[in-house]
Amino acid sequence: MNWQALLLTLRLSLVTASALLLIALPIAYWIAYSPRRWKFLAQAATALPLVMPPTVLGFYVLVAFGSSSPLGRLYQHWTGHTLAFTFEGLVVGSILYSMPFAVQPLVNSFLAVDPQLIQASRVLGASRLSTFFRVVLPLSISGVATAVALTFAHTFGEFGVVLMVGGDIPGLTRTISIDVFDKVEAGSYAAANSTSLVLLAVSFVILALVYAWNRRAWPRTPWA
Amino acid sequence: MEPPRLAAHALGMRPPDAATEPMASPDHLHPCPALEVLARKRFVAGAAPGFSLEIHFAVPAGISILFGGSGAGKTTTLGMVAGIVQPDQGRICLAGRVLFDSAAAIDVDVSRRSVGYVFQDLALFPHLTVERNVRYGLRHLPEPERRRRAGEILESFRIAHLGRRMPAEISGGERQRTALARALVTRPRVLLLDEPLSALDAATKGRIVDDLRAWNRERRIPILYVTHSREEVFALGERVIVFEKGKISAQGPPQDVLGAPRTETVAQLAGFENIFDAEVAAVHEAAGTMTCRLLPGAVQLEVPLARIEARIESGVESGAAVRVGVRAGDILLAIEEPRGLSARNVLRGTLTSLEEKDFKVLARVDCGAAFTVLLTPDACRSLALAPGQAVWLILKTHSCHLLRGDAELVRDPDRPKP
Repeated sequence: MNWQALLLTLRLSLVTASALLLIALPIAYWIAYSPRRWKFLAQAATALPLVMPPTVLGFYVLVAFGSSSPLGRLYQHWTGHTLAFTFEGLVVGSILYSMPFAVQPLVNSFLAVDPQLIQASRVLGASRLSTFFRVVLPLSISGVATAVALTFAHTFGEFGVVLMVGGDIPGLTRTISIDVFDKVEAGSYAAANSTSLVLLAVSFVILALVYAWNRRAWPRTPWA
Repeated sequence: MEPPRLAAHALGMRPPDAATEPMASPDHLHPCPALEVLARKRFVAGAAPGFSLEIHFAVPAGISILFGGSGAGKTTTLGMVAGIVQPDQGRICLAGRVLFDSAAAIDVDVSRRSVGYVFQDLALFPHLTVERNVRYGLRHLPEPERRRRAGEILESFRIAHLGRRMPAEISGGERQRTALARALVTRPRVLLLDEPLSALDAATKGRIVDDLRAWNRERRIPILYVTHSREEVFALGERVIVFEKGKISAQGPPQDVLGAPRTETVAQLAGFENIFDAEVAAVHEAAGTMTCRLLPGAVQLEVPLARIEARIESGVESGAAVRVGVRAGDILLAIEEPRGLSARNVLRGTLTSLEEKDFKVLARVDCGAAFTVLLTPDACRSLALAPGQAVWLILKTHSCHLLRGDAELVRDPDRPKP
């Protein structure tokens, strides 16, 4: 069992899930409530990673943050190194790759909030922002939990993007899924098996928690 | 209170100090309408595409009923006052303050309008306790003041003991009180109630209405109360505004508007069980009456002339199509031919059926036209009525109301001439 890879993967999943929640909240809010007609384009863009091969996504992340792109040069200027083959690179790639898993549950749960509750809040003097935090978000809590858990689980088992962007540097970018790949390539099936089982178990537990949580919909009573 | 702006003057509003004057007669503009709404909107898409709303009304403090069938524009009107629905054109003034003016590009944000709104399905926040719901609109106040005000209103609406319960755990009447308390605790300048009591039993309804009245005696603000219940109109309203297909077809004190309805929709809402298509057979200008023939058939009714003045002016002749409405409770029934009556209309007919419900008997009589007559069970028994029997119906001229089917033609004294 490669504990180093497991810890790295857990760290990557946690950082990605929390960062993506902060990024996905405003995006999902905008998609759910904007009156703009062309918002379907934004919806399509955030859903792209669902259908795109991870290698393609990873390739574009490399290009976008490569030393020949303005974005890459800016990043290099700030940090002194390129994004490729670093933990931060993995985080950026994972955020993009898991975007639909965070945005979609949030959009769905925002849309499920009775619009009259939002109107009631506004009539009672609350601003849009305040209404979001006092009414929309608390009533979307299961969507938030789903978004975080799915992002975490999706990142936990991610392979293609990590390989493209991070390479395979032990302790830095070698995640658990890449470790399995390495072990199979090296012919050590027993080690691959034990690592795979950990991955399988963690993923199943997370998904089971998501579905268990989602059974508890509002209105909630103290004894429910 | 801030002085009225130019736009308010243009709308014929007087300074706010005139607000203490007694209510003027409905035929005149009120000295200071506490709320004036002038709005036009056309819905292109959404739930009711093609629906257009064109309304103008001004109301003083106190309860004004918005009355009409579903889809007539009542809720949309509330939405416009609250700022949830934006008119295409118009002006909305509340207590001398312009909330909306399309010409001056004024559209005060929903959250800044000082409006209390009780939605039709209440819209209580399901994740907050009763007390948190009530305190929701008090965020801007310091905590002790919040606690004091919330405590006060929970007490006066008799829900203080429910403060820590969730909305899902309390009864319908208690939810209603919570919604009212949540709206009123913010001390709004106008209260919008969308069928707030429709789902309640009569006793609960009565108690809540009493609480609301008591509250309104203390703080006189305009209250717009949407309903399609006749009983509520008469029980609550100092004033009723009748909505019909996006327009206001009548307004004034309930007994004036619903007592002498001028359009068929108002008539049905006001409880005219008998509505007949008819044509004018003869006009007796000297007598102040005219004779109408009910269609189809030969039954003739004498009806008052005065009530169709507007039609006479626009050239109503014999043969003109009209509608006549008579309340079932305004018809007398006799089992012998009556003599020596002042009533001009005595019709012979056959009793076709008797139907008893809620201490009332509805008798259906065929006189060549089918009439419904309302009787008490006692009267029904003492006359020994039975279907097939010959009876006489007696209708006073002034119990026959001429109705117009077309809302466009209604001349509303409160409505400015175009």
